[in-house]
Amino acid sequence: MTDRALNFYGTELGSRLLLGSALYPSPSSLAGAVRESGAEVITLSLRRESSGDGGAQEFWEYIKSLNIRLLPNTAGCRTAKEAITTAQMARELFGTKWVKVEVIANDDTLQPDLFGLVEATSELSDQGFQVFPYTTEDLGAAERLLSAGAEVLMPWGAPIGTGRGLMNPYALRSMRSYFPNVPLVVDAGIGAPSHAAAAMEMGYDAVLLNTAVAKAGDPPAMARAFRLAIEAGRTAYEALLMEERDMASPSTPVAGTPFFDFEKL
Amino acid sequence: MNVVINGTPEDISERTLAELCQRYEAEPTTIATAVNGDFINVNDRAALSLQEGDKIEILSPRQGG
Repeated sequence: MTDRALNFYGTELGSRLLLGSALYPSPSSLAGAVRESGAEVITLSLRRESSGDGGAQEFWEYIKSLNIRLLPNTAGCRTAKEAITTAQMARELFGTKWVKVEVIANDDTLQPDLFGLVEATSELSDQGFQVFPYTTEDLGAAERLLSAGAEVLMPWGAPIGTGRGLMNPYALRSMRSYFPNVPLVVDAGIGAPSHAAAAMEMGYDAVLLNTAVAKAGDPPAMARAFRLAIEAGRTAYEALLMEERDMASPSTPVAGTPFFDFEKL
Repeated sequence: MNVVINGTPEDISERTLAELCQRYEAEPTTIATAVNGDFINVNDRAALSLQEGDKIEILSPRQGG
């Protein structure tokens, strides 16, 4: 599992940071964040067009100019049917089979509706999409998603936009252990670079985040901090972390300690 | 004919989805369409005759996480 290149549906990627494009204070801060993050994948969405509003066109022209991979999402969809239709629209518009499928169950937690998610994943996979399901750490749902055609799983770290980090590290570790060969991405809830590093140290293949960078005081600088943290976490994982111990163990050699025998004198 | 466009009721004169899409100055490839919850491919818009009460979604690229 260690030292393996990141691969989503046969596409190898050098960066393990997937970056969202929303909530930035300005287009230039988004541009700076993309540059500093080193991200090779950016997420985006579809929203209702308002006639005469040039903002959408401007954003789209900018995104195209980045020349990086696009991962459209189905954010806000509440049923499998909505997610499927949105994914079809995204495929036409963005020219990619990739889609981050979100089916939201609850307004307060924005937690995934796992039943709708499996349904949408199954249908979209049948239609030739390459699905990145936004899910939880539920192993049963994960198995259903894989059976439905997903080859990547994206469990949440915490509810979207909370920045609380990895709320259930035990479950995330279990998921990593249970699916050693499935690309796993922690998606949502990351607030600080240390959270991203922790996910990478666990062996997660990548991290998808948005708010933590976009809402930082200096988004480009925070994007760089995340890039470094993710590289550090991955490198640590590949280097094999030491095992935890319950009792202290001296790091300095005990043999040859001076003055050891004073009490015997 | 009364339809609902992006959630707003409207009395329109256009007869097909392609005619309606001409309102949007953006190039044809920068919007995607659905009618009554079903995706309508760009190539099928001209043949799609709008009906009274249709619910039309016209979407464009936006920021997203």
